Amino acid sequence: MTREEISTAIISIINDILPEGDCSGVDPEKKLRDQLELDSMDFLDIVMELRKKYGIEVPEADYPRLATLNSCISYLEPRMKNL
Amino acid sequence: MQRKDDRIVITGIGLTAPNGNSLKEFRESLLNKRSKIENITLRYIGEVHAGVCHFDALKYQNKRDVRTGTRSGSISIFCANEALADAGLKISDENRSATGVYIGITEHGNVETENEIYNISQFKYDVKFWNHYHNPRTVANNPAGEVTVNMGITGPHYCLGAACAAGNAGVIQGIQQLLLGEVDVAVAGGVSESIHTFGIFASFKSQGALAFHSDPCKASRPFDKDRTGIVVSEGGCLYVLERLSDAKKRGAKIYAEVAGYAMNSDGTHFVLPNPDRQAECMQKAIRNAGLSPEDIDLVNTHATGTKAGDIQECEALRKVFGGSSRFPYINNTKGFIGHAMGAAGTLELAGNIPSFSDNIIHPCMNIDSLDPECELPNLLLEPVEAGGKLKYILNNSFGMLGINSVLIIKRFAD
Repeated sequence: MTREEISTAIISIINDILPEGDCSGVDPEKKLRDQLELDSMDFLDIVMELRKKYGIEVPEADYPRLATLNSCISYLEPRMKNL
Repeated sequence: MQRKDDRIVITGIGLTAPNGNSLKEFRESLLNKRSKIENITLRYIGEVHAGVCHFDALKYQNKRDVRTGTRSGSISIFCANEALADAGLKISDENRSATGVYIGITEHGNVETENEIYNISQFKYDVKFWNHYHNPRTVANNPAGEVTVNMGITGPHYCLGAACAAGNAGVIQGIQQLLLGEVDVAVAGGVSESIHTFGIFASFKSQGALAFHSDPCKASRPFDKDRTGIVVSEGGCLYVLERLSDAKKRGAKIYAEVAGYAMNSDGTHFVLPNPDRQAECMQKAIRNAGLSPEDIDLVNTHATGTKAGDIQECEALRKVFGGSSRFPYINNTKGFIGHAMGAAGTLELAGNIPSFSDNIIHPCMNIDSLDPECELPNLLLEPVEAGGKLKYILNNSFGMLGINSVLIIKRFAD
C-alpha cells in the first residue's frame, strides 16, 4: 500500500469508530484526540480493526506512535507496504 | 421511609413494539387488528418469524453509543427517553439522584456472547480478536446502566432477571422502591433483544414450541386450535412511576394508578407451567389490591401460543374467576406482536391502558378456530365498547422456572 492508501485506510477505520461525522479533514500533523471525539476505548477499537483488517499488531508500547494521522502512516508504512 | 399506603401512579410511557413506536401507534394497531411479524434470517438456524422493532436508535444515541452498546441498551434508552418526555420530566440536578431505573429482562448477554464467538471463529478462535466491550455489554445491569449513562441519571439502576415475567417484575420493583422512599421517580418496565441470537429460537424449536405459518403475521395465535408455538419478538416498554403526591404537586398527567401486584413461584418444573400457582398469584394480587375477583374488568393474558401454556392459563383463570358473578373481559396481545419476552408484561399492559380513556377494549388476534379447551366467557375476538365502566385491569406475565407475576392497575380517580 502507498502512503495515500494507508491514509485512506486509517481514515476509513476512524470514520467507522467516531461518534458522528467524518475525519477526512483533520490536520495530519495534530494529535487525533485533540481534533476528534475519540476516547481511549475508541483507540483500542482502532488497534483491533488494524488487527482484523490487515493482520497488524500494534504493541501497547507503540500506541503513542499513532497519535497523529501522519505518525500513524509513518508507523504503519513498513508494515503495510507489502499488502 | 415513606408510608406504605402511598398511592403510586403511572405518569409516562415509552415503548417500542413491532407494530408501533409510541403508545398512540401501538394502540391504533391493536384496535385496528394490525399485527406485525416478519421473517428474518439468523446464522445457523436460517429464516425464522420474529417481531422486529423499527424505532430510530439515533434519536437518543450517537453512532458510537449504538455500536459499542447493546440492542437491549438501545431499546431501553429509547423507551426511557420517550417515557420521561411523555411524563414531562427532564433529568436535571434537581432529580437525577432521586431517579431509579429498574428493567426486567428475560436474559441478557446471549446476543453479545454469540456474536463474539462467531467473530473469533472468523479468526481461528484466536481470543485476541475478542472485543474489549464484551464485559460492559454482558453485565446483567447493562440495559438499565446504559440508560443512566445516556441520561445522566445518578440514582440506583439494575435489571431483574425474571424470564418472561420480567416486565411486571420491573414495574413491581419500581413501585416498591417508591414506597420505600428510595427514589422519587422510577423508570421501570422490561425490554428484550432476544431475536438477535439464534439460541432462543433453536431452543424453542428443539422443544417443539417455535411457531411457523406461511403468513408470518398469522404465526402467533394464542388460544387458536391451529397454533404452532411461540413467535419470538424484541421490544421494550418503560413506565414513569411516581407517588401520587409528587405527581399531583407538579400537575402531571396520570395514565392509571397501581392497585396491586403479586409474584410467586410454581416450584415444580423448568418449563411446564402450573395453573394452581398461576391462580394463586392472581388471587394474591387481587387481595393485595383489596379487591374481589368480581372487581376485575379485564385480564390481559400471558398466553404465548403453546398448547400447554394456553390451556393451563385458561384453567387458572377459571379457578380465579369461575365462581364470581361476572367473568372479566379476556384479551391477549401476543397474536399481534409475538412474545416480546422481558418486555411482554409492560408492553401488553401499556396497550390496554388507553382503555381508561377511549373506553374500548382491544381483542385477541389470530383466533380463527378457538381451541375448545380455551373457551372462556368474554374472550374477545373483536374490540368492545366498555363504556365508562372499565375500572380494573389485571395483567398476567409468567415465565420459565415457574415465575409468575401479576399487576393490577385501576382507572385513576382523585
